[in-house]
Amino acid sequence: MSALFEYIIRLGDDSLILGHRMSEWCGHGPILEEDIAMTNIALDLVGQATSLLNYAGQVEGNGRDGDKLAFLRYDREYKNTLLVEQPNGDFGTTIMRQFLFDAYRKPLFEKLQNSSDKQLSAIAEKSLKETKYHLKHSSEWVIRLGDGTEESHQRIQEALNTLWRYSSELFYTDEVDATLLSQGIITDIAEIRAEWEVTVKNVFEEATLQIPSNNWKQEGGRKGMHSENMGYILAELQYMQRAYPNMEW
Amino acid sequence: MVTEKEIWAYLEEVSDPEIPVLTVVDLGVVRAVEITETSCHVTITPTYSGCPAMKMIEEQIIEKLNEKGIENVTVSLVLSPAWTTDWLTESGKNKLREYGIAPPEHEVDKSVLFSEPTVVPCPQCKSRNTKMISQFGSTACKAHYQCNECLEPFDYFKCLK
Ligand SMILES: [Zn+2]
Repeated sequence: MSALFEYIIRLGDDSLILGHRMSEWCGHGPILEEDIAMTNIALDLVGQATSLLNYAGQVEGNGRDGDKLAFLRYDREYKNTLLVEQPNGDFGTTIMRQFLFDAYRKPLFEKLQNSSDKQLSAIAEKSLKETKYHLKHSSEWVIRLGDGTEESHQRIQEALNTLWRYSSELFYTDEVDATLLSQGIITDIAEIRAEWEVTVKNVFEEATLQIPSNNWKQEGGRKGMHSENMGYILAELQYMQRAYPNMEW
Repeated sequence: MVTEKEIWAYLEEVSDPEIPVLTVVDLGVVRAVEITETSCHVTITPTYSGCPAMKMIEEQIIEKLNEKGIENVTVSLVLSPAWTTDWLTESGKNKLREYGIAPPEHEVDKSVLFSEPTVVPCPQCKSRNTKMISQFGSTACKAHYQCNECLEPFDYFKCLK
């Protein structure tokens, strides 16, 4: 399996699984505008997943397209981070998960625009424009909830305390990254992490939120080791293709 | 043999499924038309990655050109250079305004943290005293605004750069 394939799968699965999580809000948003906002974000993420997984299929060259990769793999073959598979919880938890992710995705796509890989660069250029809107939305809500009422502050602080342990996996690297770095396809993740840290610090300051002092980290998704949530997600995500193989809209 | 110019004219008859007042040419999603003796190839680009209208636009283009007697029509999708609202034609912007959707403002949305939303004039009464209700509207490409003068809510075709 090529490093490029593995790398695109990691990006594509983050988009796919987070897009699926956001789509679970459809019809359940706390207010109409947020219901629409969250499903718009879900749509962008699923669109990005389509571009990425279709490209991964091309790179692999075994005749699998984006749909086959999205709907017909087993849980250990999905390489999304643990962060994106965490349950939606309350609105504050969903917003916090989205913010931690958006703050990483923006600098990531900015760097990938200059990738020596033409298609990866095109996908990054397209996705970046959408990601900027997502980050604006999630960061504004983190501030509004954090610097809001006593209850909203307490609840989003709890969300941060719960999700913080999953944030370091966004910057996970191994031989896949090392190979692509040497080929000029990606840049050093340290630059992306540095920008993420600044964004996160500034927004949490404005939101009067405390970064947890407990630095315990939880990783595994990038290697296919998922939390129990993944099985439930896939049961719903894959239902149609498993029940009616090869069905099309 | 049909000319490239004629193909572009036929594409002017294909409307955007979500904003039917715009043609796919107005919207700026048609990137290229290539013709040979026996076939026609059209290249399109999505407005947003997940735009659900792309598949329909593709089918409508094929249908329209077949209807005009052109066979062997193929359509492909490219992502780069990425679509921005600069690809909307001037005529497209005017059609949007007449339809009641505020066209994208020239100033770039400062899509960074802590910025004020763009000032968008009301498409009904032209007042600039309007407010943003939500950055995300009825489709991926629109935001939701309201006019403080005439009180009408309206869609804003948001700026994408
Ligand atoms: Zn008005």
